[in-house]
Amino acid sequence: MAEFTLQNVSKSYGDQVALENVSMTIPDGSFVVLLGPTGAGKTTTLRMVSGLDKPDSGSVLINGVDVASQSPSQRNVAMVFQQYSLYPHLSVRDNLAFPLKSPMLKTPPDDIIRIVDKVAETLQISHKLDNKATELSGGEMQRVSIGRALVRNPQIYLMDEPLSSLDAKLRTDLRVELKRIQESLGATMLYVTHDQIEAMTMATHVGVLDHGKLVQFGTPREIYENPVSIYAASRLGIPKINIVPADMFPGAPSGAKSIGLRPEHIAIGEGAEGFVTRVEYLGDQTRLHLSVGPNDIITLADPHSTFRKGDKISISPKQNPIFFDASGARMN
Amino acid sequence: MSGFSVTEPSKRQKWFAGILVITYAMVTLMPLLWIIATGFKSPEDAISYPPKVIFEPSLEGYVNLFTTRTRVTTSMEETLLPPETWYDEIARDSGTVISGPTRYGQRFTNSVIIGFGSTFFSIFFGTLAAYAFSRFRVPIKEDLLFFILSTRMMPPIAVAIPIFLMFRQLGLNDTHLGMILLYTAVNLSLSVWLLKGFIDEIPLEYEEAALIDGYTRFQAFYKVVLPQAATGIASTAIFCLIFAWNEYAFAVLLTSGSAQTAPPFIPTIIGVGGQDWPAVAAGATIFLIPVMIFTILLRKHLLRGITFGAVRK
Ligand SMILES: Nc1ncnc2c1ncn2[C@@H]1O[C@H](COP(=O)(O)OP(=O)(O)OP(=O)(O)O)[C@@H](O)[C@H]1O
Ligand SMILES: [Mg+2]
Repeated sequence: MAEFTLQNVSKSYGDQVALENVSMTIPDGSFVVLLGPTGAGKTTTLRMVSGLDKPDSGSVLINGVDVASQSPSQRNVAMVFQQYSLYPHLSVRDNLAFPLKSPMLKTPPDDIIRIVDKVAETLQISHKLDNKATELSGGEMQRVSIGRALVRNPQIYLMDEPLSSLDAKLRTDLRVELKRIQESLGATMLYVTHDQIEAMTMATHVGVLDHGKLVQFGTPREIYENPVSIYAASRLGIPKINIVPADMFPGAPSGAKSIGLRPEHIAIGEGAEGFVTRVEYLGDQTRLHLSVGPNDIITLADPHSTFRKGDKISISPKQNPIFFDASGARMN
Repeated sequence: MSGFSVTEPSKRQKWFAGILVITYAMVTLMPLLWIIATGFKSPEDAISYPPKVIFEPSLEGYVNLFTTRTRVTTSMEETLLPPETWYDEIARDSGTVISGPTRYGQRFTNSVIIGFGSTFFSIFFGTLAAYAFSRFRVPIKEDLLFFILSTRMMPPIAVAIPIFLMFRQLGLNDTHLGMILLYTAVNLSLSVWLLKGFIDEIPLEYEEAALIDGYTRFQAFYKVVLPQAATGIASTAIFCLIFAWNEYAFAVLLTSGSAQTAPPFIPTIIGVGGQDWPAVAAGATIFLIPVMIFTILLRKHLLRGITFGAVRK
């Protein structure tokens, strides 16, 4: 395993800027999750690291060595593609064995069988090993595609939304399994997801991308508690952070345009007045949708709360709220 | 089972389609059946008018195709030993004795060597060129592709004379190598264009996956692209073979002896006393067989390939 560094990497496709001056270090043994909406440049970042694409400017370093001239196989990276890309002319077994048979690894046949069987079991696809790759459901294809990375022991695993088309149970199973594998191998992982739970539970570091720029890089906790902007704050947390006008509550610094309030940071009792528009009972918690003046706010009430639609309610921040200026940047 | 279905045609539609296909097949198969039948007619039946549909089959055409014969008079015939083989006997029946083999076998072999040889090279170079055009940034790519295609735009006979002169200079006239080179050159435009279409359809991601999995670009091409291009390669090969196999104009001009292919040879088969139509027909029938076998062997690919990858997955 190894430490990967991107230094001022920029990449454009035609007029479309995919990455702009991105610098980050993926420490050895870390699990880095990239967050960002569609088109933010997550896949492009993986392609830069893998060597499938070259940056227009800037450099990629492995353990401090510039690898600009190295091919993907020389970089020894494993990648789970967003669109699976299983070899359609091969069986599932041969797909999984393909990296092991490469001239780079030249694994002995006995080892191939052992490794493939073990990975197939982990991913719960043992019963499909003899299927053609095209005779699988979307979720099965996705697991084979993960398996093709897991049979190897590369410098880094690059995974592009690897669990996106699995059902909730399998997704939870594999999330735990992937994290366990990563930890036990001490593997370095760069992982793209839109799933907050995955990001929060698996990541040692989170990188937030916005239109090709890396706007924040830190632990999930840092991003959650100390977002640098409204944009970064909105990446994590379910329900999403509430953004309300700065004058809703007293005490805003001058120049503040809005306040960021996590649902769990709202105290019910006094303060700004509004009413309940919707109650969502989730068992362990109850979500209240509120209307305070023109603003919609979501907050949490305790599970036994008796609020009903239409009830009057008053709210205030529980702790020092986060203030943002007109451009959306963090102020305090 | 009744009612409207998107995928399943109704009974009436099936009948209609069936009749249409059979009618079309009859029309296109007619000349073929005619040639095959003529091969088994006696020379008299072959030119009888009105044409005979029911006739007594005879192998005389096939015997005449492969043998040269001399006419014998009845008195001479009595001095000969009795015929030893069935083909001897057929020759005797028409008042001739076999004096040796014809050159049909050798011409046929030439056709096989030149036809399959040029098909092999057309596919080999065509695949490499098509891959490069499909995947790499080639300078003036569009112009090159157009230039390659433009070699097909004039009739072969327009370039026959210059090629004849060049071949004479190079000593390629009437050689297998010369004909293979020529047919490869002519077929390359077809194979590059067809194969590029097929390779364009193969998503780049497969090769990228192979690059990640530890393979070089060439290994990725060989292990991942080629197997998926099999359909395209097979159908292109059939087109190339059919062209090279049937080609007549160049063959007449550039071959005369040792490298002559079957097409210019077959019409020149002269029997004893005039054109020997059953022998010509027999020659044409046998000539059809290799292309037929090749096509049947690759049929499974051809059926899918002929749609030019419209709904391939
Ligand atoms: N091969 C390409 N040609 C042209 N534009 C591209 C190409 N690849 C990416 N882009 C553009 O670069 C930008 C970043 O794309 P990228 O694939 O990295 O997004 P992403 O963050 O992975 O999005 P998603 O979540 O939808 O996968 C997008 O605007 C995209 O349109
Ligand atoms: Mg992507």
